[in-house]
Amino acid sequence: MSDTEKPVAAGSRPDHSAYWRATLTLTLSLLAVWFVVSFGAGILLRDFLDQFSIGGAPLGFWFAQQGAIYVFVVLIFIYCIGMNRIARKHGIKG
Amino acid sequence: MDQAFWSYLFVGLSFALYVGIAIWARAGSTNDFYVAGHDVHPTLNGMATAADWMSAASFLSMAGLIAFLGYGGSVYLMGWTGGYVLLAMLLAPYLREFGKFTVPDFVGDRYYSTFARIVAVICALFVSFTYIAGQMKGVGVAFSGFLGIPFEWGIVIGMVVVFFYAVLGGMKGVTYTQVAQYCVMIFAYTVPAIFISLTITGNVFPQLGFISDVRGEDISMLAKLNGVLTDLGFAEYTSTNKTMIDIFCITAALMFGTAGLPHVIVRFFTVKSAKAARISAGWALLFIAILYTTAPAVGAFARLNFIDTVNEATYVSDEDYETRSAEIEAEGGKAVPAWFKNWEPTGLVSFEDKNGDGQMQIRGPNAPDGLENEVTANNDIFVLANPEIARLPGWVIGLVVAGGMAAALSTAAGLLMVISSAVSHDLCRRTLFKGMSDTTELRIARVAAAGAVFAAGLVGLFADKLGFVAQVVAFAFGLAAASLFPVIFLGIFWKRMNKEGAIVAMLTGLITTFGYIYFFKFGGGTPDQYLFGISPEGIGFLFMWVALIAGIVTALMTRAPSQEIQDLVEDIRVPGSRTGHGEGDAAMPPG
Repeated sequence: MSDTEKPVAAGSRPDHSAYWRATLTLTLSLLAVWFVVSFGAGILLRDFLDQFSIGGAPLGFWFAQQGAIYVFVVLIFIYCIGMNRIARKHGIKG
Repeated sequence: MDQAFWSYLFVGLSFALYVGIAIWARAGSTNDFYVAGHDVHPTLNGMATAADWMSAASFLSMAGLIAFLGYGGSVYLMGWTGGYVLLAMLLAPYLREFGKFTVPDFVGDRYYSTFARIVAVICALFVSFTYIAGQMKGVGVAFSGFLGIPFEWGIVIGMVVVFFYAVLGGMKGVTYTQVAQYCVMIFAYTVPAIFISLTITGNVFPQLGFISDVRGEDISMLAKLNGVLTDLGFAEYTSTNKTMIDIFCITAALMFGTAGLPHVIVRFFTVKSAKAARISAGWALLFIAILYTTAPAVGAFARLNFIDTVNEATYVSDEDYETRSAEIEAEGGKAVPAWFKNWEPTGLVSFEDKNGDGQMQIRGPNAPDGLENEVTANNDIFVLANPEIARLPGWVIGLVVAGGMAAALSTAAGLLMVISSAVSHDLCRRTLFKGMSDTTELRIARVAAAGAVFAAGLVGLFADKLGFVAQVVAFAFGLAAASLFPVIFLGIFWKRMNKEGAIVAMLTGLITTFGYIYFFKFGGGTPDQYLFGISPEGIGFLFMWVALIAGIVTALMTRAPSQEIQDLVEDIRVPGSRTGHGEGDAAMPPG
């Protein structure tokens, strides 16, 4: 099932399972943040967050119309930096 | 006629620019025509993607939509931006590493099946045609509303311009015109927004004005808006009448739908590498976010300003507007604003004096004084009339017209590329006539693009006559989320996913979502029959999971894909390691 179980014979394909595991870990952690700021703060926890306010806007409402979008942009750039770092660490050229 | 002059000038200049770019960026090969030679700079591709993505609806209607929906409008804001996070992390870099031309290319090769490829072609065509109808209609509306050219001729002019750069330049022409269109569009959107923010809150940035106090008063803008709305019998701006589960599902369907839309995915095939695709998605979302964080501010400002200037104003007839309104102002009264009079003939705003008192009453459904609402406004009016409301010079209005046109044309062109490549590449080259030469394919691609322009124009005319444009948008996102997203996602992240699973997943998503939306939009279904209270706009999210599970179960019950295909999946996960595998790559090597 997983990539590591395959025997490494001469002339076989290089083993990139560590690179792939690191990629999945990064992706999942960032997607967790993606979920929390939009579906969490903007929708599910909105009523709770609305008791706080940011410049006169209820906080949950602000997340739904502004905050989540800012975090989305930042997340993609963090992902790029993280992926470049993982590639360097595992000697991936692309 | 000063305003019409500026509109003609800006529209004319921008069209000349697009045609100029088309001539400069002529496509010489199918590689140029489908994916701009895989050679677009990531930042430029980000701009092109943003223009591709933001349609006439985003530009003209979204701020107004949010102005009327309040918190409920958040589904569009989060849904149409959050999808880029999914795209950047789950699809774009891997599909770029796969290295072909179209979305059906991936489905057909990864699932080693012509049938799967054809189903993907059908999904892509269906999604793109429902989407393009709205764009062509947008072009027609912009022409007829501003320049006094009949709606049908507006569509024809739009078709000629798109024909020029899409047929001649293919993806290469489309990409560079989209870059120009993004610049026109974002300038046209933010300039009036900055001025209206200054007028209402004194803050230069609309995003900060959104969370500031009203100028000269000690109350926040949103609190004041809530107060004004409840006084008139509307619901609070920061509330909604939709249930939480519906809000959740609509947002999710729009996000997954965005990530599965073929015309967005192919934009990431035009960059050099998987790494470039990732950063390009970041740029795209940044450029999109500039408009999407401005829109809710514009919506709130416009709603406040609209009520402030129109409610309880004295209506004045056309003939003696100038003198009569000046008299009223001199007496300390409030006359109907000039912009309202200017836009009245278009039908986008209207007034009916139901109680015969000569005053214009704006009222919600629960008005405390029991009066009826007398003023109606179309969603588009807030963006269109913004420059006048903020008392900006005539040339700014011309700019907004050119911006609206740019938004509609750029999205239409991106969709046309998907339609033409589905026909020339996926149907002709990869399915029917496999031995075709590159030159022949390029010729067919051009003919297909020309045919697609023509078909899109007809769809625009036809759809407007039937008036169902708004109803079918739910189809595009729902189908992209339920039929295309699951197979692409599993194709990358689960090596064991096979042909049988993919076909079952696509068909399940397609049939369930189509059936549900059709039943509620055209088949007479009523909201109390909604499954778990989920409206047709959000149902794609639920059926996406159904399709995903159906696909996985089917795959587990049937034979695993060959070692070649599993190696292919491993290759696309690791940038720079892609080599040829299987029949698909033998027929067309990755590039």
